[in-house]
Amino acid sequence: MQVFHRSANSIAKLSVVVLGLVAAFSGWLGLELFRSPYITRQGEIHQQPVPFSHEHHVAGLGIDCRYCHSSVERSSVAGLPPTETCMNCHRLIWTNADLLAPVRDSYAANLPLKWTRVHKLPDYVYFNHSIHVAKGIGCATCHGEVDKMPLMYQHAPLTMEWCLDCHRNPAVNVRPRSEVFNLHWQPPADPASAGILQAKLVKEYRVQSLTSCSTCHR
Amino acid sequence: MPSTKGSKAKCGAAPAAKAGPSRLDLAAVRERLAAIGGRGGPELWRSLDELAETPEFVELLHREFPRHAAEWLDERGDSGDPSDPSGGGVSRRAFFQLAGASLALAGLTGCTRQPLEDIVPYVHQPEQVVPGRALYFATTLTLGGYGTGVLAESHEGRPTKVEGNPDHPASLGSTDMFAQAAVLDLYDPARSQAILHLGQVASWSGFMAEMSQLLRAREKLGGQGVRVLSGTVTSPSLAAQMQELSRRLPAARWHRWEPAGRHNTRAAAARAFGRPLDCRYDLSRADVLLTVDSDLFAMGPGSVAYARQFADRRRVREASPDLAQKMNRLYTVESTPTSSAGVADHRLQLSPLEIEAFLVALARELGVTAAGVAASSGAAAPASAAAPASAAAPASAAAPSDIAGGSPTGPAAQRFLHAVAQDLRAHAGASLVVVDESLSPAAQVLGHAINEALRNAGATVFYSAPVEADPVDHLQSIGELVRDMNAGQVEVLILLGGSNPVYTAPAELDFTAALKKVALRIHHGPYADETAEFCHWHIPAAHELESWGDARAFDGTASIAQPLIEPLFGGKTAQEVMAVLVGTSELSAFDLVRSFWRGSGKLGGNFDAAWRKALHDGVIPGTAEPPAAPPPLAAAAVTQAAGEIEAAAAKLRQAPGQITLAFRPDPTIFDGRYAANAWLQELPKPATKLTWDNAVLVSPATAQRLKLGVNQRVQLSWKGRKLDAAVWTLPGQADDTATLSLGYGRSHAGPRGTGLGFNAYALRTSDAAWIAPGAGLQTLPGDYVFACTQNHHVIEMSAGISEDILAGKEAQARHVIRTGTVAEFVKNPEFVREMSETPPREMTLYPNRVYSGHAWAMAIDLNTCTGCSACVVACQAENNVPVVGKEQVLKHREMQWIRVDRYFSGDVDNPQFHNQPVPCMQCENAPCEVVCPVAATIHSDEGLNDMVYNRCVGTRYCSNNCPYKVRRFNFLRYSEKSSPLLAMLQNPDVTVRMRGVMEKCTYCVQRIEHAKIDSKVSGQPVAEQRLMTACQQACPTRAISFGDLNGEQQTGRAWEVVRLKASPLNYAMRGDLNTRPRTTYLARVRNANPQLEGSHPAAAQENG
Repeated sequence: MQVFHRSANSIAKLSVVVLGLVAAFSGWLGLELFRSPYITRQGEIHQQPVPFSHEHHVAGLGIDCRYCHSSVERSSVAGLPPTETCMNCHRLIWTNADLLAPVRDSYAANLPLKWTRVHKLPDYVYFNHSIHVAKGIGCATCHGEVDKMPLMYQHAPLTMEWCLDCHRNPAVNVRPRSEVFNLHWQPPADPASAGILQAKLVKEYRVQSLTSCSTCHR
Repeated sequence: MPSTKGSKAKCGAAPAAKAGPSRLDLAAVRERLAAIGGRGGPELWRSLDELAETPEFVELLHREFPRHAAEWLDERGDSGDPSDPSGGGVSRRAFFQLAGASLALAGLTGCTRQPLEDIVPYVHQPEQVVPGRALYFATTLTLGGYGTGVLAESHEGRPTKVEGNPDHPASLGSTDMFAQAAVLDLYDPARSQAILHLGQVASWSGFMAEMSQLLRAREKLGGQGVRVLSGTVTSPSLAAQMQELSRRLPAARWHRWEPAGRHNTRAAAARAFGRPLDCRYDLSRADVLLTVDSDLFAMGPGSVAYARQFADRRRVREASPDLAQKMNRLYTVESTPTSSAGVADHRLQLSPLEIEAFLVALARELGVTAAGVAASSGAAAPASAAAPASAAAPASAAAPSDIAGGSPTGPAAQRFLHAVAQDLRAHAGASLVVVDESLSPAAQVLGHAINEALRNAGATVFYSAPVEADPVDHLQSIGELVRDMNAGQVEVLILLGGSNPVYTAPAELDFTAALKKVALRIHHGPYADETAEFCHWHIPAAHELESWGDARAFDGTASIAQPLIEPLFGGKTAQEVMAVLVGTSELSAFDLVRSFWRGSGKLGGNFDAAWRKALHDGVIPGTAEPPAAPPPLAAAAVTQAAGEIEAAAAKLRQAPGQITLAFRPDPTIFDGRYAANAWLQELPKPATKLTWDNAVLVSPATAQRLKLGVNQRVQLSWKGRKLDAAVWTLPGQADDTATLSLGYGRSHAGPRGTGLGFNAYALRTSDAAWIAPGAGLQTLPGDYVFACTQNHHVIEMSAGISEDILAGKEAQARHVIRTGTVAEFVKNPEFVREMSETPPREMTLYPNRVYSGHAWAMAIDLNTCTGCSACVVACQAENNVPVVGKEQVLKHREMQWIRVDRYFSGDVDNPQFHNQPVPCMQCENAPCEVVCPVAATIHSDEGLNDMVYNRCVGTRYCSNNCPYKVRRFNFLRYSEKSSPLLAMLQNPDVTVRMRGVMEKCTYCVQRIEHAKIDSKVSGQPVAEQRLMTACQQACPTRAISFGDLNGEQQTGRAWEVVRLKASPLNYAMRGDLNTRPRTTYLARVRNANPQLEGSHPAAAQENG
């Protein structure tokens, strides 16, 4: 006895193709989702105790990155400034600003400010600022032009794919050490002379392409 | 850390019938061994199971984990027997439900967003703190009162690791396992967390108020009825308070009780020299050493330094004709295997009383005469020490000895005795006989006399005023305290610094009953322990890493202890508690120590500068106790000692076959103070490889004679006291000797330490502090389940495996441990390489990589490894390695990244010991890498087998394919994440692994990366001295070398590891597999005495 109509064959054949397409599509969707700012939090602005403006402090006042992020050349972490660093200036200026009340309270009560982390790498990733600075990778390469950010957000996706893009070919991002903290340095516009400069810096700074797992994962 | 609760009940319930592997046929084992021996060559075996070729063992060879242990047996109660297939399990349906659910969840978790987290800067950042960089502070840790200088690593105020202080004489840059485990004690959630008064939480001010009221009343009576009990005190500041107490309250008394203290050593010095003296050794000048039942390299003050001095004379690299002279030679006579067993050139096992008789015979053989000792000792030892050793035989050698008796039993012992005596005599003035705590005072008096007769005093043995403050006899001291308590003369008792006499006091004193008669009992200690239970007040003690304090090392060098962190639970130091008594309670712990040193005048004119320097350096210069001229040895004491020993030995001979019970400090938890420390509990004990338990150690012959199973339950009895325990049959143990270590059977040691093992203190009496001859041993029905790791992670090798392999040359190819004698090495320097055939480099399917940058490698010198296992704990601390508990160890799931394999070779009744630390071999042709389906283990450019935890999906193919069995799998969530305290312990530079993830030794890649980054930032090459793996840094004998094979390119000088790998002794374990391991070994070269090498020991025994 024939249970299925003959057309069932076509439906069965079609369903194989459709299922394959659905699987491929959901795979693609998953990967896109994984890279999307929804997951990476790229460009997201978080609630902070004080709406600290890098634009004002860097572009407006011209404070060097290292005034606050003092361990960036010596340690794995760049360092978040202690309340004391804020108070160095704010004990003299804007001493009554409401916006700065949490800073004054922190200083008075000796209780730290609790910021929300903007750049977060997974726990199994061990990033080191000092070596990137020493090899001529500028702050802006990863953090963007923070002097144009009234409120801080994550500039780059910080995915492993993004890390590896540079680790596989670091030359394109190398700049003279003197320009590391310059947020607006641009390589020479002419590709040939840019290439010459990059090659020179890679040699001089002994920039290596390190892609062994233990470079970042321990 | 999973709780070990329930393990005991489980162990108890194991029926005898099921314990198949424990019922070994020892006769068959012997037969088999004789058969192998007939084929020649050193044959290695790990356990009696291996020799007996039990089916369980053969299966372990081929499977990584025991059958079913890898399956899910944790939900329903399984029997605790890993070989039992019926115990628990998961139904097929449940498996699919869970598998489906976990697949779905795993997919979903990939899409979850990272949660937001806080970032908290300082308010005032301390000057030296650079976030992300560790700071190191010199401080002092003590064991049994004696200090060891250490450098504690601090991450933003959180101590995470302890290293040795190279400037401190008791450390020389290394540590023992106890110092390595100190950080776990610091963060132990089971530590007592509040001051308790009558079991209720109370305050320090409340305590001070009650004390000051009480003291005002007591002061009128001169402090009558006030007593203090502490362990050994070397702390100069505490000693000053002790004196202050006796000045303020003249009738008060300070008693001492150190359960594993140096009772016999103290008594022997008093007998021999008429006053208490400390005895120190200089092993660097000793050509011939004899250790007599002494755990010289692992126990007791100075053991780390002694191990280093010893090893420095054994670093064999090249075969030179005078190698036998340059190298030292170690003879060991012992009743139970110690740290000497694996490094001894010749080893003899005798029961403790036989050992003492052996010493009498040795003294006679060496011509020790009472008169001779008296004559020579007074006069001119320093002068004779300067004379070359070989120039003149000792003056007394020719004189007939007036010491009677002393003939060791058996021809093997006789032969050993003659050879040792001859060798010692030939090296008079450059030899050393070490008799210490575990033997009677009489035996130690003889030891002193022998050293005196050999003119070693002043050359290799030094005497000095005692380092201990007010060195009283502890056994007598606690006896007097109990007597006075019973007589109602004690009204206030302060138990200081973790004293726990309710648990540790000699059994016959019945301390608990006496304690109850004291009106006010105050306990100060890290745990609310057995004694705290009976006390009105309990004051939590600050951990040493939280305390200001000071201590003196074995040689008297004083050092300051500085806190790395505020006391986590408001603990108080001993000085703070005593300050209440001596009326200086207004001073802080810091001021108490500092003001003492300011007043002492030992830090020179500019105190502040000197104090800062002393804190920074971790030593106070000029405080070592200077060696005194060898004091005259009491002549009568020698003859009396010999007589005493003879009488005891004669008594023993009249009743052959009686059991001598010997007590020892436990190799990992010492006297019980580390019972709550899970790292030390799970650390396989060096000789037995037992974890989480102690056992009554007996020899195979004794087990056979008494018809005991390998892990049979027994009842021990001594002087009417009984203890139910279980035996563990240990080859290398002396016959008729039962050794039981102290420290187990605790009832109040937190969730991890309570209820494990058997309480030796229940039997231990004052007159038998270490040796109880004629103790009873009754068989009880049933077996005890021990978690012993000797058969875990078995490497396939020649001996005892399968006949067809044994037959051919292939057997030779698989020498996992290679040994030879100096004579063999000098005759044929290539003997190690000839033991195996390493396939040519191109004969492989793996890609032939070129390493142009760094190429990390390790070389481990088997000649100097004592098997002390400090490396294992160091690795655990550095790499956030979790503990798993006894039940999981029974399933072979212990997680330590480096293990120390202990092998026996030779006769089952008189085996040789070999230790082999096994970290990851970091193979160049790594079998693990090619089988990983997700590329979670990958070769790095520098030759490391990188393990990427976040990629690992837990197939375990890699560990299945690892010939060295060094990979560890997180079967359960072993890392403690629920306790914020234990989270503080973790090294922030190493990932904390989760369930389902494979892990293994990484050569401390976090340290490598730090060193590389620092070198690149600073432009200086990676310095050899500044890059050490954790195991290498801890190793007391510097047996582990690690470095860059291409280091010469950077530094212009070949690293030490390169020089070691060039040695003809260098070999790769299972190099025949062509895995090209980066970790290699230097073969052990015994400096054998030709006189003792001739015939097979078994043959000698047959003759006897």
